[in-house]
Amino acid sequence: MQNQTQTEIPSTPSSIISDSNTDKTSSYTASQWQLMWWKFRKHRIAVWSATVLLVLYLAAVFCEFLAPYSLSFQDTSYNYAPPQRLHFTSESGFHLWPFVYGLKGQRNPETLQKSYQEDLTQKYPIRLLAKGQTYKFWGLFKMDRHLIGVDSGGTLFLLGTDSMGRDLLSRIIYGSRISLTIGLLGVSLSFFLGLSIGAISGYFGGWVDDLIQRMIEILRSFPQIPLWLALSAALPSSWSALQIYLGITIVLSIIGWTGLARQVRSKILSLREEDFATAALLVGASQTRIMWHHLLPSFMSHIIVSLTLAIPAMIIGETSLSFLGLGLRPPITSWGVLLKEAQNMRTIAFYPWLLSPAVFVILTVLVFNFMGDGLRDAADPYER
Amino acid sequence: MNKEPLLQVKNLKKHFPVKRGFFNQVVGQIRAVDGISFDLHQGECLGLVGESGSGKTTVGRTILRALSPTDGQVLFRSDDQSYDLATATEDTLRPLRKHMQMIFQDPYSSLNPRMTVFDIIGEPLLVNGVSDRSEREQRVQELIIQVGLKPEHIRRYPHAFSGGQRQRIGIARALALHPKLIVADEPVSALDVSVQAQVLNLLQELQSTFQLTYLFIAHDLNVVGHISDRIAVMYAGKLVELGTTDELFRQPKHPYTEALLAAVPVPEPRKSRNRALLSGEVADPANLPSGCVFHPRCPYVEDRCKTEVPKFREIATGHLARCHLAE
Ligand SMILES: Nc1ncnc2c1ncn2[C@@H]1O[C@H](COP(=O)(O)OP(=O)(O)OP(=O)(O)O)[C@@H](O)[C@H]1O
Ligand code: SF4
Ligand SMILES: [Mg+2]
Repeated sequence: MQNQTQTEIPSTPSSIISDSNTDKTSSYTASQWQLMWWKFRKHRIAVWSATVLLVLYLAAVFCEFLAPYSLSFQDTSYNYAPPQRLHFTSESGFHLWPFVYGLKGQRNPETLQKSYQEDLTQKYPIRLLAKGQTYKFWGLFKMDRHLIGVDSGGTLFLLGTDSMGRDLLSRIIYGSRISLTIGLLGVSLSFFLGLSIGAISGYFGGWVDDLIQRMIEILRSFPQIPLWLALSAALPSSWSALQIYLGITIVLSIIGWTGLARQVRSKILSLREEDFATAALLVGASQTRIMWHHLLPSFMSHIIVSLTLAIPAMIIGETSLSFLGLGLRPPITSWGVLLKEAQNMRTIAFYPWLLSPAVFVILTVLVFNFMGDGLRDAADPYER
Repeated sequence: MNKEPLLQVKNLKKHFPVKRGFFNQVVGQIRAVDGISFDLHQGECLGLVGESGSGKTTVGRTILRALSPTDGQVLFRSDDQSYDLATATEDTLRPLRKHMQMIFQDPYSSLNPRMTVFDIIGEPLLVNGVSDRSEREQRVQELIIQVGLKPEHIRRYPHAFSGGQRQRIGIARALALHPKLIVADEPVSALDVSVQAQVLNLLQELQSTFQLTYLFIAHDLNVVGHISDRIAVMYAGKLVELGTTDELFRQPKHPYTEALLAAVPVPEPRKSRNRALLSGEVADPANLPSGCVFHPRCPYVEDRCKTEVPKFREIATGHLARCHLAE
């Protein structure tokens, strides 16, 4: 703040207002969120990441419809089938619409290893809104249409199958519902804990603050993964799938909230010192008004950034715990659970497609981080 | 001038604890304000001058109870009654707050960037019971014109304005409740030199229009010289000299005031005083020197200065100084 040169020229960061369809005067009356949006929009990678995330979450929401097979589908005659290729050309020339060939499995009489060939005599075009297995959409409506599918007799294993002949792509799509929401739910819980405890800490100060801060320091001094492991190992194995899911969420957020609480606290402490908060106090505004009208809106954007950046850590947390057998367990399908099934050298050597859930984990974590970067840059549109 | 002062500050102190370590032990005290007394009469402008870190802002904020004083009294007269702001509860303070307002040094941090000018200037009205929006709007329009901005500006956010314009918005907010006392904490020092004079003129006009009483804080005598009736000079949490502007400029009694005066640019450079410019560091309020706090920097220092604390004595009528040598 030392070297501001003040002329009678407004101080709006020119980076915001140089945008083509936002002229200077419209920026004068632009609110915080508008300015943030203008700034975020310029961050190409962040916008792309946000789009990818939107697609991923939509997939999680509509997974029953998007997955070619339902979760209960298995066909052991097709176990360990490699990913089927989509074809556009056949001996009869070029096809505008993709199709797959039928799948023929043979067991090698010596190694007992199963191998699959494409049956070039059978072509199954991909059908949109194909009739397939019936399922209950959101557990409510009975439906039998899938976004893509093939006619009966054919198979559509775009990412291959596992040891029991279950379609991996369908399971990944179903797994996204668990893996992606556990991050959201865990972050919401951390958010609630962090915001309330952080606000108490920053607001009351004194010994309350000291106590909470020391507690956080102690909690944070434990290494995260072993603590998660210990806590989830303590979850009773008799619990139902839903209970385990919630239990793991709580385990993940027990560490997560501490970082958030610290940020909230330090933000409140520094914002309380801002002159505009003092000004509000001096005109007679109540403490609650100062909190809700001045402090909260000022750090909301920062909180959103931290939340965005906290979600991938939780997704990795779930994946690691489940991978190590301490998190979610079958019959729950999550990315971590799927990866656990790919957990030995044999799999990696013979059935590498079983590792494809990892690609989704990596993709999700990356796009969350890219989007978080963009949000972070946009979070304080007033910086000079 | 009325006989009864509007504001009487008596032996005001504000110490900040210094905390260290894992358990936040208090390891010392920063004596930001260390026993300050002065009177302020209705319609008067008292300049409060001192170097950075001398405790001026803390004085202003403690008087207005943005900070709680460590010790002392702040007697404020309102409706023929005297209130001690230093010990008043938040409930007693709330209705009194509208009589005293502050203008801040930093025109950026003093306006909430997430609120429109209307909401910023309207907030004092809103929290003091003007719940009707159109009434508020009318009043905000009036105020914005009084400080020299345009009515259509009230839909804009602070980022649309320059430093000087922002300071005008801050002034409008301070005026909204018809206060009696205004603490102006270096209101122009963050502004461009070309803009400083305009804002100073505005403050002077407003003072006469609304019979305002100013505690006008500045770090050099140049700025306060024009606007103040009396000037108080502060060093390391204490007043070292207090007198009328005229007398202080003509006959400074304290070596520190002398040094500050030497820094004031003089119209005719050849006639400039012997430049007794300050050397050395400002006293550290966490670790004050013994005796006269100014002695490590004083050109006239004597032996007793290092041990004996000088009293704040009246040297001439209404002219006080804290120096063994002053006469
Ligand atoms: N909240 C606080 N906690 C601890 N120390 C503080 C606090 N506020 C001010 N101080 C200290 O008190 C002393 C006086 O500060 P103050 O801001 O009142 O000085 P000032 O005269 O207004 O200086 P400037 O010209 O830089 O505004 C400084 O040493 C400062 O570090
Ligand atoms: S008391 Fe001594 S040291 Fe202090 S100002 Fe006077 S002469 Fe200087
Ligand atoms: Mg100050």
